[in-house]
Amino acid sequence: MKMIHSLFLINCSGDIFLEKHWKSVVSQSVCDYFFEAQEKAVDVENVPPVISTPHHYLISIYRDKIFFVSVIQTEVPPLFVIEFLHRVADTFQDYFGECSETAIKDNVVIVYELLEEMLDNGFPLATESNILKELIKPPTILRSVVNSITGSSNVGDTLPTGQLSNIPWRRAGVKYTNNEAYFDVIEEIDAIIDKSGSTVFAEIQGVIDSCIKLSGMPDLSLSFMNPRLLDDVSFHPCIRFKRWESERVLSFIPPDGNFRLISYRVSSQNLVAIPVYVKHLISFKENSSSGRFDVTIGPKQNMGKTVEGVVMTVHMPKAVLNMNLTATQGSYTFDPVTKVLTWDVGKITPQKLPNLKGIVNLQSGAPKPEENPSLNIQFKIQQLAISGLKVNRLDMYGEKYKPFKGVKYITKAGKFQVRT
Amino acid sequence: MTVGKDVSALFPDVVNCMQTDNLELKKLVYLYLMNYAKSQPDMAIMAVNTFVKDCEDPNPLIRALAVRTMGCIRVDKITEYLCEPLRKCLKDEDPYVRKTAAVCVAKLHDINAQLVEDQGFLDTLKDLISDSNPMVVANAVAALSEIAESHPSSNLLDLNPQSINKLLTALNECTEWGQIFILDCLANYMPKDDREAQSICERVTPRLSHANSAVVLSAVKVLMKFMEMLSKDLDYYGTLLKKLAPPLVTLLSAEPELQYVALRNINLIVQKRPEILKHEMKVFFVKYNDPIYVKLEKLDIMIRLASQANIAQVLAELKEYATEVDVDFVRKAVRAIGRCAIKVEQSAERCVSTLLDLIQTKVNYVVQEAIVVIKDIFRKYPNKYESVIATLCENLDSLDEPEARAAMIWIVGEYAERIDNADELLESFLEGFHDESTQVQLQLLTAIVKLFLKKPTETQELVQQVLSLATQDSDNPDLRDRGYIYWRLLSTDPVAAKEVVLAEKPLISEETDLIEPTLLDELICYIGTLASVYHKPPSAFVEGSRGVVHKSLPPRTGSSESAESPEAAPSAGQAAEQPAVIPAQGDLLGDLLNLDLGPPVSGPPLAASSVQMGAVDLLGGGLDSLMGGSGFTAPGPAAPAGMGAPLGSGLGDLFDLTGGVGTLSGSYVAPKTVWLPAMKAKGLEISGTFSRQVDSISMDLVLTNKALQVMSDFAIQFNRNSFGLAPAAPLQVHAPLAPNQSVEISLPLNTVGSVMKMDPLNNLQVAVKNNIDVFYFSTLYPLHILFVEDGKMERQMFLATWKDIPNENEAQFQIKDCSLNADAVSSKLQGSNIFTIAKRNVEGQDMLYQSLKLTNGIWVLAELRIQPSNPSFTVRPSPCCPPLSVAPCPSACPPWGCSSRGQPPQQCC
Repeated sequence: MKMIHSLFLINCSGDIFLEKHWKSVVSQSVCDYFFEAQEKAVDVENVPPVISTPHHYLISIYRDKIFFVSVIQTEVPPLFVIEFLHRVADTFQDYFGECSETAIKDNVVIVYELLEEMLDNGFPLATESNILKELIKPPTILRSVVNSITGSSNVGDTLPTGQLSNIPWRRAGVKYTNNEAYFDVIEEIDAIIDKSGSTVFAEIQGVIDSCIKLSGMPDLSLSFMNPRLLDDVSFHPCIRFKRWESERVLSFIPPDGNFRLISYRVSSQNLVAIPVYVKHLISFKENSSSGRFDVTIGPKQNMGKTVEGVVMTVHMPKAVLNMNLTATQGSYTFDPVTKVLTWDVGKITPQKLPNLKGIVNLQSGAPKPEENPSLNIQFKIQQLAISGLKVNRLDMYGEKYKPFKGVKYITKAGKFQVRT
Repeated sequence: MTVGKDVSALFPDVVNCMQTDNLELKKLVYLYLMNYAKSQPDMAIMAVNTFVKDCEDPNPLIRALAVRTMGCIRVDKITEYLCEPLRKCLKDEDPYVRKTAAVCVAKLHDINAQLVEDQGFLDTLKDLISDSNPMVVANAVAALSEIAESHPSSNLLDLNPQSINKLLTALNECTEWGQIFILDCLANYMPKDDREAQSICERVTPRLSHANSAVVLSAVKVLMKFMEMLSKDLDYYGTLLKKLAPPLVTLLSAEPELQYVALRNINLIVQKRPEILKHEMKVFFVKYNDPIYVKLEKLDIMIRLASQANIAQVLAELKEYATEVDVDFVRKAVRAIGRCAIKVEQSAERCVSTLLDLIQTKVNYVVQEAIVVIKDIFRKYPNKYESVIATLCENLDSLDEPEARAAMIWIVGEYAERIDNADELLESFLEGFHDESTQVQLQLLTAIVKLFLKKPTETQELVQQVLSLATQDSDNPDLRDRGYIYWRLLSTDPVAAKEVVLAEKPLISEETDLIEPTLLDELICYIGTLASVYHKPPSAFVEGSRGVVHKSLPPRTGSSESAESPEAAPSAGQAAEQPAVIPAQGDLLGDLLNLDLGPPVSGPPLAASSVQMGAVDLLGGGLDSLMGGSGFTAPGPAAPAGMGAPLGSGLGDLFDLTGGVGTLSGSYVAPKTVWLPAMKAKGLEISGTFSRQVDSISMDLVLTNKALQVMSDFAIQFNRNSFGLAPAAPLQVHAPLAPNQSVEISLPLNTVGSVMKMDPLNNLQVAVKNNIDVFYFSTLYPLHILFVEDGKMERQMFLATWKDIPNENEAQFQIKDCSLNADAVSSKLQGSNIFTIAKRNVEGQDMLYQSLKLTNGIWVLAELRIQPSNPSFTVRPSPCCPPLSVAPCPSACPPWGCSSRGQPPQQCC
């Protein structure tokens, strides 16, 4: 299991802007196979994640316009590698605020130090953000000024205590003046709605993201009003599984800072309410170079909350030349190269439903397009978890102080698609 | 980090900075060393002292850093200096250092394996599995797994219930990556019975809720594998099935790259156990913005899950996909509709009408795909949907892809009698014959011949034309050959031609796109690995696959089942040693010399070769002259490579000097193994072995009473078996057997019992009775106990017989790692009644010619080649009489009467 041999970071224009080798050096030319696949895939998202070459395997992920391409020489679990690469990207995000080419280039020394700590001979070493931050301090403007004056460094010189304890995710000696614990319940609706408006498939992907800034070793337990909703859950390692099995309570000693506590899935159709509806008419006449386009979006069962941040994107057929539309609300753009129509609607008010209609112009002589474009809808509803999940209470044990607690709910569209 | 500049010239200066107290500087120096030590091996020695010193630093962080860096310096010269510090670090009081040192052993092993073994690091590493710190355990497991990968034979990770328990405890507490290593290691363990399997499953199940998808998939692998051992009636089995579905579905909401790997694995899982996800069809519905690689995988799984219950939904979806923008995806969706029709018979009609709707769209590539799949539907349901042919013919002109053209031509040829203008249609294709691809040309040739046979009067000219085009104007040998065959057939015997060309075709079924079951079982053991992504066993693609051991699913050993069917469940002790099912294609020789069967490696493509043979026969003798006598080569008796393994171990045992326990004058005696474990026989444990001493075979048994009550009234009986083995005397146990007492008995056997061919050949089913109950078990007896003392053939006879043996009765094997010389081998084998008839020395190799005779009068001759420098032997054994596998009856079988009864060559070796 010699795991990851080398890592190449490649930007969208195909430049290798960083490489790291944990064992011997693998020539950059190995990436040619990747570029070949990239060319074939047309769309960047479509590059297959596992590519075999005569001597190596390339396992890659695509994150924030960067390809993380790892080189593998032996039989390994690809998920292991993919999970690790995502962890690397998460760490960059965490350290530099964004995982972009510029950020990585600006912090190249820290990047190498991180990569060195995260992987040893291909074995993951320290991947928990809490531990890494003890070993290598994240850059701040103040620190870089201080460092340059005093000549001290970003590298911590203490043993990352957490790495040895039974709770490797939390560092010791955490201290805050304001003790706070925030939980964001975020639910995304993935749905496919067919032509007639009935739901083909719908499910909710939920997560609880936490921001915990509590001193010492707090032991938290979070309970829900309706825990029975959660029957398909993935837990952060800090959660005591037995407690959940027996009492349906999330009991845990949290990592310090931001982390994802649980993710869950609600799939029973009757529990998934669809908050918007779409009326649409897209048609092309036979033997004519134009067509009609008329779409209206309206709210539905939104429990008194406003649907906002509504954006509709449509990938129009190739034969479409341009579109001549009027929107009663918001603004639209049509990119004649990618054939993508984007309509930024904003907030939906039930009194006046937003509508976009007009003429579609086709290339002259092109046959009537057969494909039916799908409408992809994005939206947001604040202060609502569409599944109805509600946090009951948060208790803290093990520490004396009284923390400030908060819960926020938000519902968003995930992959929300309306067929026409 | 240096942007590609070579800074190795600074080596001495950098090494000078090594003894700093500044941790960041030290880290950077170490980083430099890792990169440049290899290019400056002499200078690297300068660093050794500092490493040794740093390994004793009071700060554990520095000790760990030093030991970590040491292992990354791949310079032979300095590795031996690093052994002492490493040894100390492996026993360090700080677990952080120990866990780092564990990985370092694996690194060192990669550089110098011998050194690691000599220094005893492997044992230290094994001890670390019992470490109190879960992180150390996880890293020790990871290191051992890596080392074991390059030493497939070594049992480094020799797991027993105690160590399994340790691992399961560590599993709960170590990091996510450690959990993956431990789970992968657990997956290689073979639980001794269903109860142990269940208890491991129970402790692994919580991992299914882990946030890390690699942990989840590794846990799924362990469960899928151990589930094989659980009885399906068990409540727990049902619970487990239910628990497996949600985590698999959850994987599909992760990032697309993770989804892709998960889908490839789910594809295997739904083939093995479709019940897990049968209600989850909807999660595989394709979303508009999924990447194409995810879309295609989802489509494949949708078809695998399609059933009568959900087919309407599936078809509606597929129809939707067929109007999407992405051409590749649309094509695959159209194909999927065809596959649904073939898979779910009730839906065929609806599928056909969906396809017709799609053809009406006139979208070129949709039409072409639809025609290709409709051809398959015709082959599955002949004479049912021919009404659509007219619609298909309308689109003839728009077909420009070879596959679609070929499919259309096939349809026209197949149903020529119902298409009025079939000749015109085919003629129109014929005009551009030379510009067509081979596929289309071949199809056109066949179609026209079919047409001719159906409507001979009008089409004579057409067939003449195509035959001459195919045979005279084409460079393609396939086309020419097929042309000649038809020509010959038509001119010699038109009736026969009709029978051949218009023969009824076998129906196709959906199984054609399923993975072959033995491969599937193997792949299930590789869930989560690259093998599972490529759906190929690792031996097929991993470079330097020396390290690859074939894995197989454990046999089902439900204790409840074994009582009724002893042959279905070999005793647990054996099961642990031989995880694999005993090879079904009982190659005689493999069995004959076999003492300890290894797992089957691969099934030889028997069917394929016999089909080919059939084809040759079919074409008849006329062809030979046509081909100038050179054309076809009959497929040789492809001896499967795997046959070497069982034989190797068998002979290996015979050669083994130390292994034989009581080799007095008789032959090799295998150590006793447990045949019937106490827990399956109400406290009676039976272990035993077989031996042969001058004309008598005996079964040496040890009966142990592990129950709380006294046992008495023992009796034994054998089921009919291949060689008629039967007890020559009743089982004599003189006194009742008190609890915790054992008794050793030697039961004489003869070979006059009734005969029945067993599978494997040397299988023996035994029933033992005592005052409590009757117990059944089955065991494999070593064939050498059947080698009789007068097995020495006369030289002349040997020579004559050797020549007469048909080639297909021959097989060849390698015996590995046997360092005896020819004489020692000869005398050793003689002890087991394998006699050396002659010895030759050819080009430095010793050739031994040997014979042996079985109790039922069958002779086996062998040639043994020994290269003095090479510890591997090559054996070419050939039984001069194959009927062993057919009628192993001593009286009925004259020694020379060879009558192979259609057994494939392999079976009579």
